[in-house]
Amino acid sequence: MNRQNLVVLIGGVFFGFGLAYSGMTKQEIVLSFLQLEDLGLIFVMGGAALVTFFAINVIPKFLKNPILGGKFKPRKAPMSRNVIIGAAIFGVGWGISGQCPGSAVASLGTGNLPILVGIVAMFIGAYMRGLLDKK
Amino acid sequence: MFPLGIEHYLIGGVLAGVGASLIYILTGLHATQSSFFTTTLSWLSKRKHFQKERNLQERDWRLFLAIGLILGALIYSLAFSPTGFWTTSVQIWRLALGGLLVGFGTRVSEGCTSGHGISGLASLSTTSLSAVLVFMGVAIVTANLVQIIGVLP
Repeated sequence: MNRQNLVVLIGGVFFGFGLAYSGMTKQEIVLSFLQLEDLGLIFVMGGAALVTFFAINVIPKFLKNPILGGKFKPRKAPMSRNVIIGAAIFGVGWGISGQCPGSAVASLGTGNLPILVGIVAMFIGAYMRGLLDKK
Repeated sequence: MFPLGIEHYLIGGVLAGVGASLIYILTGLHATQSSFFTTTLSWLSKRKHFQKERNLQERDWRLFLAIGLILGALIYSLAFSPTGFWTTSVQIWRLALGGLLVGFGTRVSEGCTSGHGISGLASLSTTSLSAVLVFMGVAIVTANLVQIIGVLP
């Protein structure tokens, strides 16, 4: 395993631990958020985005390049119809099931075996996206 | 509005952010999730969509990220969770249908709760902000409709 992959693995452990700690790996908690019964989940995305905001916008002022190589590049994608249509389709799926990609994968680690069905379905959905891509 | 309090939500979110930040500061990579499906499919499908240079470059570290997520949640469940392992009671058809739409939609949108919601917002991307508002709004409407028509759990 090279150093990059080791860092990603360790960072992923923090990420997955945080998702499990917050309860976002529980589909019922996510659904109670979306049904506006418990709005606490907004602090998960908010807290994570705030910390990451510092990493992306402040750290590069003191550090020219990432420590192990590569380049600092904020995640800015051009606006397109696909961004919005895809987000709407994702929203329907999220609202039906309470699963999003990261929380579903992490949820496996909590012993939640039924989520395998959701993850396999996500792979099939991603494959269908590839079938539509004529390029 | 906050029947379970907000502390564990905030701490969990900050820990997730620490993980994403650690990865960004050391490697410059954005720890986003939904691309994992596309890059992993590059091992299984010869289609051009999956065989793009970028997918082949990213597929190793994205697999490590997914393994990390599972390990982190496993460590929490084994050593820190007051209730141990946990299984959802949401019906299988909801996981299957929802998962299908999540996989398809996030790949059309090229981002999900982590890509648009964490890395995109943290990068002050207006594209990601629009995506977040759309998927959040649609999900809230959908989840309430599902509840109203009486699908439980």
